Amino acid sequence: MTTAAHVSTTRVLLPPRTSNGLLGWLRKNLFGSVFDTILTLLALSFLYLVLRPLLTWIFTTDWSVIPANFTLILRGPYPEEAVGRLWICLYLLFGLAGFSWGIWFRRLQVVTILVLLLPTLLALIPFLAIYNKMNLLVGEGVILVAYLVGRFWPQAWARIVWYLWLAGLLVIPFLLYGNQNPPLLLPLVPSNLWGGLLLTLLLAVFGIVLSFPLGVTLALGRQSNFPAFRLLSVIYIEFIRGVPLITLLFMGQAMLQYFLPPGTPTIDRVIRALVAITLFSAAYTAENVRGGLQAIPKGQYEAAHALGLNAFQTTFFIILPQALRAVVPVLVGQFIALFKDTSLVAIVGLFDLLGIGRTILSNPDWLGNHQQIYLFIAVIYWLFCYAMAYGSRRLERSLAVGER
Amino acid sequence: MQQDLGFSGDSRPPFWRDERILAILSQVIVVALVAGLLYFLYSNLMAALRVRFTNPISFDFWGQTASFDIKEYLIPYSRASTYGRAFWVGLLNTLIVAILGIIFATIFGIFIGVMRLSRNFLVSRIAGAYVDFFRNIPLLLLLIFWSQAVFLKLPRVQQAVVLPGPVFLSQRGVAVPWGTPTDSWSLFLYILLAGLVVALLAGVVLRQISLRTSYKPIISLWVVGILLAVAMIGWVVLPAPLLFTYPELTGFNTRGGRVLSPEFMAILSGLVIYTAAFIAEIVRSGIQAVAKGQREAAAALGLTGFQTLRLVIFPQALRVIIPPLTSQYLNLTKNSSLAIAVGYPDLFAVAGNTIRNQTGREIEVFLLVMGVYLTLSLFTSLIMNLYNQRIRLVER
Repeated sequence: MTTAAHVSTTRVLLPPRTSNGLLGWLRKNLFGSVFDTILTLLALSFLYLVLRPLLTWIFTTDWSVIPANFTLILRGPYPEEAVGRLWICLYLLFGLAGFSWGIWFRRLQVVTILVLLLPTLLALIPFLAIYNKMNLLVGEGVILVAYLVGRFWPQAWARIVWYLWLAGLLVIPFLLYGNQNPPLLLPLVPSNLWGGLLLTLLLAVFGIVLSFPLGVTLALGRQSNFPAFRLLSVIYIEFIRGVPLITLLFMGQAMLQYFLPPGTPTIDRVIRALVAITLFSAAYTAENVRGGLQAIPKGQYEAAHALGLNAFQTTFFIILPQALRAVVPVLVGQFIALFKDTSLVAIVGLFDLLGIGRTILSNPDWLGNHQQIYLFIAVIYWLFCYAMAYGSRRLERSLAVGER
Repeated sequence: MQQDLGFSGDSRPPFWRDERILAILSQVIVVALVAGLLYFLYSNLMAALRVRFTNPISFDFWGQTASFDIKEYLIPYSRASTYGRAFWVGLLNTLIVAILGIIFATIFGIFIGVMRLSRNFLVSRIAGAYVDFFRNIPLLLLLIFWSQAVFLKLPRVQQAVVLPGPVFLSQRGVAVPWGTPTDSWSLFLYILLAGLVVALLAGVVLRQISLRTSYKPIISLWVVGILLAVAMIGWVVLPAPLLFTYPELTGFNTRGGRVLSPEFMAILSGLVIYTAAFIAEIVRSGIQAVAKGQREAAAALGLTGFQTLRLVIFPQALRVIIPPLTSQYLNLTKNSSLAIAVGYPDLFAVAGNTIRNQTGREIEVFLLVMGVYLTLSLFTSLIMNLYNQRIRLVER
């Protein structure tokens, strides 16, 4: 009796609707309301319609065109006997990367570990020749040793990183190009034999590095108090930004020679493209750097003036270091855009990543492999761009530019 | 008497440290250097051109017969037309792609950007994947893939894919229903113009009302509504201004409607897909840039969700969105020059490539082509800057 009465007076409370756990998550994110449920169903059917044929295609297609042309995609027609030089360049880059990471990122984070293990990860690509895998393992050794050196490098000497990168950038083209005399040491590899990812990277890196001095000069000119400097800079910047890169590339290929004194030896096609890319990129660098210059508070100029610094000292020791640090992430963004834009050199007939793809497709053995080749090249571009964008976001956070 | 002669120089610094003189001197030197460089380049160019032509710079080719075919033209063109005519054909082709591209990319981009902000996990992730993928591959690759691996791989006409409309997708292109102007078409255009004037006047009046009273109509909706109403009245009153024909299969071809070439579809859809990814990101960041307090304040004032969006969020987001959107429009216009890679005869393909190769007049053609792109860019940024000034924050 008593127990029955007790039971009847107790109201059975429903447990609160779960807001966590799998069910809660589903309810919150996918089935919150009728409208939400309809959206989810639409999205699911869309995914089914897109992913199913895509995955079917990926798993049923003959991908043999990729392993067969893998080295061509990476380095173009660069001769086999000079390939050792490419490895030396790669070791150099691994060494520099390891050293820089050792200095900049002393704590071992996931990204750092990924960078350090990059050569090993690359060696896992199944269809690489054993020779390349051995070389990549040597590269792994280089990067680890360099990281350890950088890790215990005195912080006061950290600035040496930048000089090392500069030296590396100077040495690499020399190594790739070789020399005519003495012929024995490094036989000449003319740049019409450079291609693939190698050429794409070279054009992008040298495009941005060479455009940097001109871009900074133009940015300073545009911010200058002198009307003549302002006018010249504005004309250059607005002209270049107003025309498509492809017009400049064509003009570089067709007309650069005309602008040089008669009798100048013919300029190599890669250099002609590089000149166009550099002049193009400089206008964009200038606008980005100008953003940094405008962000410098007026007090910095006044303080420098009060200390008795002249205009030159103010610019180079006070303003530019701050302005450039502020625009590093923006410049990375510009580099990504340039990296993608270098694909336009394929239209003027160079064998960059895209150009080499078209060459492979014109080979009768691989006719009709458009989808495989272009998709693979897209993945390479995507990996580079996405990695750089991701790195830039992290860099932004670690520089904490936003909070300055 | 004047014994301070020796000191008079000290009151003023020597000229190489006088800032006023230095300012002028440095500008003169730099301008002279730039002018010298330009003259050097110019004289080399002239010397090189004199070897090839009797008169180094000449636009004589403009009136000569072009004698090459252009696959698509909006104004009458044939092999017998002049190079000048060919140039205009190319320019109009560029303009149509750029204008349609901007319109569709904006609509599609806003759609993706709003999807990205959806609270629905799947929807926002799909939009995010779209943005992340297309922002990180080169446009040229997308265009070439699009034309060679999609549009040229479409089935032959006999097995054309039929979409509702009817729209036929085949190797020959996309056949869509199309209206041909009849005799009453020009009259209909006048009615449309009149409708536009009425609609704009109504818009001005409504704006004045909304500024003075508490009545807040959706002005743009009214303007579009009036315009549509006038158009519909005109359509009903006049004897059919447009004669619609629908494509149908006839053995080896389609008849009726209009066939949009695969090249045109490839460049247009490629540009739209690529630019929409960038616009989506701009829209997303613009909407997220509106402070959370604004939304809360609007809710506290009792505005409905749609009112909050229309009167509070959107006007503020627009200020953040417009400048980067402008540069995307400029990019799209300039990127349309990549049409050469898919075989669409735009300005650059016609002038910068074909005319230049046929006439050998390189510098003249480059000047013309660059001049046109420069004008288009300046014109676009002018319009967008005017709009930006109208909507920007008025500081009190």
